[in-house]
Amino acid sequence: MSVRSAFMIATLVLFSTGVAAEGVPQPHPPKGKGEACVAETDFMRRNHPDLLKHQRDDTLRLGIRGDKFSLKECVACHAVPGADSKPVTVKNPKHFCRECHDYAAVQIDCFECHNSVPDDKRSASIDFTMPGTGPGRRTALSLNQCSVGETG
Amino acid sequence: MTQAPDHSAPDMSRRAFLAAAGAVTGLALAPGVTLFAPAMARPVGTAASDKVRWGLLIDLNKMDDGGAKGVAACSAENGWVAAEGSTTDARWIRTLKVSNPANKTVQTLPMMCQHCAEPPCVDVCPTGASMKRADGIVLVDKHTCIGCRYCVLACPYGARSFIHEPLTGQRSHAPRGKGTVESCTLCVHRVDADREPACVEAYGGSKQGAMVFGDLNDPESDISKLVATYATHQVRSDLGTRPGVWYRGLA
Repeated sequence: MSVRSAFMIATLVLFSTGVAAEGVPQPHPPKGKGEACVAETDFMRRNHPDLLKHQRDDTLRLGIRGDKFSLKECVACHAVPGADSKPVTVKNPKHFCRECHDYAAVQIDCFECHNSVPDDKRSASIDFTMPGTGPGRRTALSLNQCSVGETG
Repeated sequence: MTQAPDHSAPDMSRRAFLAAAGAVTGLALAPGVTLFAPAMARPVGTAASDKVRWGLLIDLNKMDDGGAKGVAACSAENGWVAAEGSTTDARWIRTLKVSNPANKTVQTLPMMCQHCAEPPCVDVCPTGASMKRADGIVLVDKHTCIGCRYCVLACPYGARSFIHEPLTGQRSHAPRGKGTVESCTLCVHRVDADREPACVEAYGGSKQGAMVFGDLNDPESDISKLVATYATHQVRSDLGTRPGVWYRGLA
């Protein structure tokens, strides 16, 4: 090793330890409810993307329900209450997932489709009076030689 | 010296205990007689089976609102809201007015994904996102959907919708998001929990007969018997898509 490269490495080490000493803000993900997660914390930290990805395929494509690595359960267990004491959505930096994902600069796409807060009680009951109809949209449908019009 | 079992510390989880208790109860009765109805639901943790073919029978004679109650129930259950008059908002199920010029009849019927045995939407999907589950439920895997909308065009029933706007507040059992295609899931989250789809429940459940949900592969199921007994139709059966949704009372 040349003197020059040794000097550079030494500089780098000094520089990086210096930054660390000044205190890079570390993520502090809030603990979930209950006594323990579905697996060891270290294991979950490293493997949760693969676990979620594996289970989502099993659930959606094969119909296997009830396995333990469920995004729904993560969201339910690790919900963080906001100022209004309701769980914060992923738009809030205090959201459980964002604590680390912001730090690691890893974008979360899950919540483009999935809800980032647990279901509220309204989904437990069905309101049959909710409007969902209206005149409508194009259709390629024609019942064997029948004319077709949309009502809603 | 043998130790007496320590009864103060349960060595089984509550769930394991209940499962074991259930099994014992089932065995304790006479052969063929159990406390439980023959399980339609498959055990939790097992995959959907192709021995089952889920289907719907819609009896237009018993449906006085053209399916509006089912539309409202679906909207509430799955969290989609279509604005009145919108041609782009997602509609998993809609009421459709059909008229037959030959006999001058006009009818309104609920139209949704027909859960075809030969689904054109699955044929055209370039990513494999549009898929048919083993038990016949046709779904969109939004994880792999790229939003090309080939399936929207391929579906002869106009059953598929595209989501144009960002969404929030989705139901946890029905994830939906911008840039993906979606349609009726036959309430797969309910079916997997041994419940009926929301639209069927809105009409008082299968026993009431306006909408009957069941296994078309099982000749003893209510739906199979009704389809076999009465004049029932699949919409556009000429296309060979072999829908899982049957209609009774189409004029």
